[in-house]
Amino acid sequence: MSTETGPDSEIIGDGADADRRRNRRVRRLLFGCTSITVLTTVAIFAVLFDNAFHFFYDVRFHEWLVGLVTEFRLVPEQRVAITEFLLDTEWRPSHADDPRFGILPLAAGTLLITVGAAFVSIPIGTATALYLSEYARPGTRKYLKPTLEVLAGVPTIVYGFFALTFITPNIIGPLAAALGQDVGRFSALSGAIVVGIMTIPMVASISEDAMSAVPDELRNGAYALGASKYTVSTSVVLPASISGIMASYILAVSRAIGETMAVALAAGVTPRLTANPFAEIQTMTAFMVDSTRSTMLVGSVEYQSLFAVGLALFVMTLAANLVNDYVKRSYREEYR
Amino acid sequence: MASNTTNDTESLISTEVSVDRTHDQPASPETVVEATDIDVYYGDEQALDGIDIEIPERQVTAIIGPSGCGKSTFLRCVNRMNDQIDACRVSGELDFHDKNVYDDDVDPVALRRKIGMVFQKPNPFPKSIRDNVAYGLNVQGKTEGVDERVERALRGAALWDEVGDQLDSSGLDLSGGQQQRLCIARAIAPDPEVLLMDEPTSALDPVAASKVEDLIDELVEEYTVIIVTHNMQQAARISDKTAVFLTGGELVEFDDTATIFEDPADERVEDYITGKFG
Repeated sequence: MSTETGPDSEIIGDGADADRRRNRRVRRLLFGCTSITVLTTVAIFAVLFDNAFHFFYDVRFHEWLVGLVTEFRLVPEQRVAITEFLLDTEWRPSHADDPRFGILPLAAGTLLITVGAAFVSIPIGTATALYLSEYARPGTRKYLKPTLEVLAGVPTIVYGFFALTFITPNIIGPLAAALGQDVGRFSALSGAIVVGIMTIPMVASISEDAMSAVPDELRNGAYALGASKYTVSTSVVLPASISGIMASYILAVSRAIGETMAVALAAGVTPRLTANPFAEIQTMTAFMVDSTRSTMLVGSVEYQSLFAVGLALFVMTLAANLVNDYVKRSYREEYR
Repeated sequence: MASNTTNDTESLISTEVSVDRTHDQPASPETVVEATDIDVYYGDEQALDGIDIEIPERQVTAIIGPSGCGKSTFLRCVNRMNDQIDACRVSGELDFHDKNVYDDDVDPVALRRKIGMVFQKPNPFPKSIRDNVAYGLNVQGKTEGVDERVERALRGAALWDEVGDQLDSSGLDLSGGQQQRLCIARAIAPDPEVLLMDEPTSALDPVAASKVEDLIDELVEEYTVIIVTHNMQQAARISDKTAVFLTGGELVEFDDTATIFEDPADERVEDYITGKFG
């Protein structure tokens, strides 16, 4: 290339336009992939809301909108009152004479499982994370952490059978006998324990990541002041990684709220408003999976109740995610 | 044996380093830390090779040398911070007041309460200034008069005038130089005997660094200071004794700072100090 054409000649070319076009194509492709997930979320919410509307009223939401425009039919006819859905203490959608649609028993079942599971997964998961991050030798950690993550990949139905064939007869049975309680094949406690076990890897793995991210300089600073390993763990590592630890708790809780197969197998299918851990209950998800096996007329209140429960679940997990975001933001950058 | 500023016109070394260290020292200061034939290995790699050194009480001992010569490793031997590294093995004898700190009956946790340490990068905890300074006191169960001790430590670290009215704000909100002085306050709050400093000014700007240097000048009235530094001018300015480590983990020469910088016995030390290698 000649230097006589001026100093800028080497950086002038016709590649600029082609480059811009290529950039644009790549950006559109990537945006397209991203929008699939967003659109799916929106579509799921739309379907849930549309059908849940048909649970409360005699038409679906979009049908009501069409009717509103074409026939000025303002108020749809009510089928189930929202107050009944939220406040009634009975859930028996398939009852022939007197069906009742109070979500409280199902929500209580879900809550019982979630809280019970948190009592299992949070302490054990946090302790596991602390061990892996602070106490385990590098060689031990190298094998333990992948093992833990395998546990997270076991299908939930397998956990359900584990609860049914091991936890209930070997743990719940003797415990109930010792406490003088009756217990059948299904119990809330069995479901809570198995969901708790299932979410330990999630708590442990995410918390361990957060603890390992605490800079060694902080640990050394504390060791140099004569702190023991336990003191360093509790007074330096835990506070410095609290935002990640909290995030792991909330993820485990939303997982427990949404967990289906294991609780359907372990906790049973009898909706009941109770705090007795030895009673058979039904969670929101277990009701939904159970209903899909029965015969229901599409459009019937019973059928549409599936969507109302689904919408309620959606709102609950969304709330958990919002709390997660808030916690992450408010605890972020505790250390640098 | 004061290390006077020398006017020796026949100074062998043509360097701008000038030694202006003049501490009032007893005729023969006691030895606080004495290393005898210390070898350190990281796995198969030898980091220190037969170190013998006697660190005098209430003086500043500087350790200088090129990167990777084992300066920091030696420092970490003194308070057994090397225990934190799995692959690290130490042999030889390292006496603190005539007691080998590597004896089986020595508790490294108790040892570190006598020997404070300040690191290269300021590492305040994500806690308030007060909690940072009080951390060592809490850990060591010194629960009485914490507020007074915190104030004394912050004054001792020349930080009280700047942060005395904001003890509850986070230690992370301070500037780098203030953070390092906070770490010094944290180290001296439990009243150790020895202060180990691992390149304490290398992450600081020159103004902040010179404040820390002034501070070291005052700290040595009460504490024995061992400081690792990359900066030869700094060693010359603030230390009474200087140890020169060279690659291979060998202690080549240890003497009064003035001697090291103006009339070193070893040719390699002269080469290093005049910048011929390193």
